[in-house]
Amino acid sequence: MPERDHLTVTVLRGGPDAPLQPQTFEVPAYDNQTVLDVVSWIQQNADPTLTYRFACRVGMCGSCAMMVNGVPRWTCRTHVSKVLDGNTMEVGPLRNLPVIKDLAADMDPFFDKWVAAEGRHHPTRSRDEAIAPIDPVAEERQAANAGIECINCSVCYSACDTVAGNPDYLGPAALQRAWTLYNDAKDADRDAILDAVSGQGGCHSCHSMGSCTAYCPNELDPLSAIAGLKRATAKRFFGGRK
Amino acid sequence: MSEFHLYMAQRLSALVMAPFVIVHIGVMIYAIQGGLSAAEILGRTQGSAFWFAFYGLFVVAVSIHAAIGLRTILGEWAGLRGGARDAVSAVIGLGLLALGAQAVWAVTA
Repeated sequence: MPERDHLTVTVLRGGPDAPLQPQTFEVPAYDNQTVLDVVSWIQQNADPTLTYRFACRVGMCGSCAMMVNGVPRWTCRTHVSKVLDGNTMEVGPLRNLPVIKDLAADMDPFFDKWVAAEGRHHPTRSRDEAIAPIDPVAEERQAANAGIECINCSVCYSACDTVAGNPDYLGPAALQRAWTLYNDAKDADRDAILDAVSGQGGCHSCHSMGSCTAYCPNELDPLSAIAGLKRATAKRFFGGRK
Repeated sequence: MSEFHLYMAQRLSALVMAPFVIVHIGVMIYAIQGGLSAAEILGRTQGSAFWFAFYGLFVVAVSIHAAIGLRTILGEWAGLRGGARDAVSAVIGLGLLALGAQAVWAVTA
C-alpha cells in the first residue's frame, strides 16, 4: 500500500427533512486507524456538528455500524486499510433504516421487529423453583448457541435486499433471535414463536440470498437460522412436534 | 389465506410439478425422434384419461405456483400492497388456469 499523509473521506449527511448530501473531508492518515477513528477525527477537528453513534469501541455494543463504501460494517473494528478505495472512502448511515441525522440511523424499526418476532423469553418456571439444568452438548442447545452472540448492530438488516424490497419483513437479526429461543430448552412457548414468524413479513419472506451471513461482523449465520424456522413451521404444518 | 399457507402451497405445487416437468420434457424428446406430426400427437392424446389427468394436474399446479411467486414479485418489485396485490395475483392465477385448462381440453377431449 502506498504511503499517504491524508485520506479523502466523503460523509453522507442529512436527516429526515433533508436528503443526504455528500461532504468531503481531508483526514490525517495513520498506520493503524479504524473507520470510527476517522469519523471521530472529523467530528472533533473539522466539524463538531457531525452526528454519529458509538459506545464501546471494541465490537461488543453494536452501536457504530455504518455504510462504508456502500457496505454495512461495524466501524470500530473495521480498519481503514481494509476498505480504502485508492485514497478515498465514503461513509453513510445504515441502509434500510430512517436517518435521524448524518450517520445516526433510527434503530426503532429494527428493534420493533425483534419484539414482533416474539424475541422474548417465555419462562418454564417461576423464580421460586430450582433452576432447570441445561445440557450443553444437546443438539438444540448447539443450534441456540450458534446465534446468541448477536450484538444487535443491524449490519445484517442493512445488508438484506429482502428488507429493502419488503418493509414488513422482520429481517435476519429478529428471526435469528426467534430461532435461538425456539431451540432454548427453557422457553415454554414455541408455538407463539412459530406463529410470530409465520405472518406477514415473517421467515417465509426470506429469499435465501445470504447477505446477512456474508456481512455479519460476528460471523453468525442468520441465513441458516431462518431456514431452520422455515423447516420448523413446515414440520408443524404436517403435525410434527419438536 | 395466510402468508404461511401461500408459502406451503407454493412449495407443494413445486413438489407436484417436478416429476411432471421431467416426464413432459422426456416424452417430448423421446416422441419427436424421427419426426412426429400434429395429427399423430392428437391421435395419442385425444380420449386419453392419463394425459388428461397428467396435464390437468400440471396446469393446476402451475397456476398456483406462478400466481404466488408473481404475488411476491408484485410486492417487492412493483410496490403493490394489500388487496390490490392479492387481486392482481388471483387474476393471473385464474387466467393461467383458464388458458391451460382450455389447452388440455383441446388436446385430450
